[in-house]
Amino acid sequence: MTDFKLPSLGADMDEGKLLEWKVKPGDVVKKGDVVAIVDTTKAAVDVETWQEGTVQALLVEPGTTIPVGTVIATLLAPGEAPGAAAPSAAKEAAPSPAPVAAAREAPAPPEGRKPISPAARKRAAELGVDPATVAGSGPHGAVTLEDIERAGRKPAAGAAPDRAAEMRKAIAAAMSRSKREIPHYYLAETIPMQRAAAWLAAENARRSMTDRILMAAVQLKAVALALKDFPDLNGTWREGAYVPSQAVHLGVAISIRQGGLVAPAIRDVPELPLGELMKSLADLVKRARAGSLKSSEMSDPTITVTNLGEAGVESTFAVIYPPQAAIVGFGRVAARPWVEAGEIRAVPTVVATLSADHRVSDGHRGAAFLAELSRRLQEPEKL
Amino acid sequence: MNAVELRPLVFAELRKIAPELEEGDVAPDKLLRDQVDLDSMDWLNFLIAVHQRFGVEISESDYAVLDTLDRICEFVAARNPQGS
Repeated sequence: MTDFKLPSLGADMDEGKLLEWKVKPGDVVKKGDVVAIVDTTKAAVDVETWQEGTVQALLVEPGTTIPVGTVIATLLAPGEAPGAAAPSAAKEAAPSPAPVAAAREAPAPPEGRKPISPAARKRAAELGVDPATVAGSGPHGAVTLEDIERAGRKPAAGAAPDRAAEMRKAIAAAMSRSKREIPHYYLAETIPMQRAAAWLAAENARRSMTDRILMAAVQLKAVALALKDFPDLNGTWREGAYVPSQAVHLGVAISIRQGGLVAPAIRDVPELPLGELMKSLADLVKRARAGSLKSSEMSDPTITVTNLGEAGVESTFAVIYPPQAAIVGFGRVAARPWVEAGEIRAVPTVVATLSADHRVSDGHRGAAFLAELSRRLQEPEKL
Repeated sequence: MNAVELRPLVFAELRKIAPELEEGDVAPDKLLRDQVDLDSMDWLNFLIAVHQRFGVEISESDYAVLDTLDRICEFVAARNPQGS
């Protein structure tokens, strides 16, 4: 029997609220299957299993807030008899409906409905506010008249303002931890982009509209390939030691329209053809903004890339997302003066930056990485 | 269908990308990307939506002239007068 624990979905997630089970006891699951949906401060995340087997027991009720690492279900290995082993975690967990000791009771909604006073319900109807989307501040999470009035003052009904506030808190916690624990160093390199831009224009001209590639995807691929020679930038710092990653799973910083950002991963980027990488990027952005990400995407990044060129900035010196050891930034691709063979020309360039963990690497290595990144971008046809 | 008649239809496609937009938020003759927070992914998705909705091809070299809602509507009207 295997314990299935709530995985960490990033440095800024300590707990999550179980919204829904996607499996029931007796269901057979395989790697990558979504077993539950958990609400975090940033999104409702599809939690996947990385084990195969049969669901034996679900140990947590929907609506319960649970810390990361909590056993939320038990699985039987393929071929394992249901009654063969008394599941220890299930035993500990079995005595109550929300059995995990550390679990906190969320608002106890009878049959999925939040407790709400008649006056608050009437006012919600008047204001067009859906009480189910309002966080209750009353006893047992009851939605009060004041909660409804507050929600009704927002331009869009629902929990978006609360989500934005929670996301800001989560970002603050992760970035404060990063600046407290990680000794950053920062490097910048101006990279000529005329070859990449010309190649991309020609490539897109022969592609259909729906298959066009953005420069952001080209930059991601170049970063991923350059990283293959720099394991000291691609990995995580865990329990006092650095663990390099064989795979390159690029976290992509994605701004959310309502404010805040998430940085889910695209897995195994060096192995993805550019067209597929573009499709993965488009899909990730779409789902991130719709609040529909997978647990592996939140927990897997080995390094993050942020691109603020869209916002018009020349360069960005980003804060490392713990437990990662580096983050790469891109500013705006724009025509700038460039000296080549003794002549000044207007050439599209981009400022690429690296923020890296000085416990793991030194500036010399970081500089070599940026040089390699620049070299990769001069050979776009090989990306 | 002329450009003025197309405007609400094109705006509806834009709202699918930027759902926070309300009627009147976008001045049709002003630069679109100065008024709406659109990154390059949003922009590409918007143009793909216009392409799929109205059946017009839009090359990358056209992007530079498609800078206002009016110009996008004129572009569509010139290539697909039926607007469907």
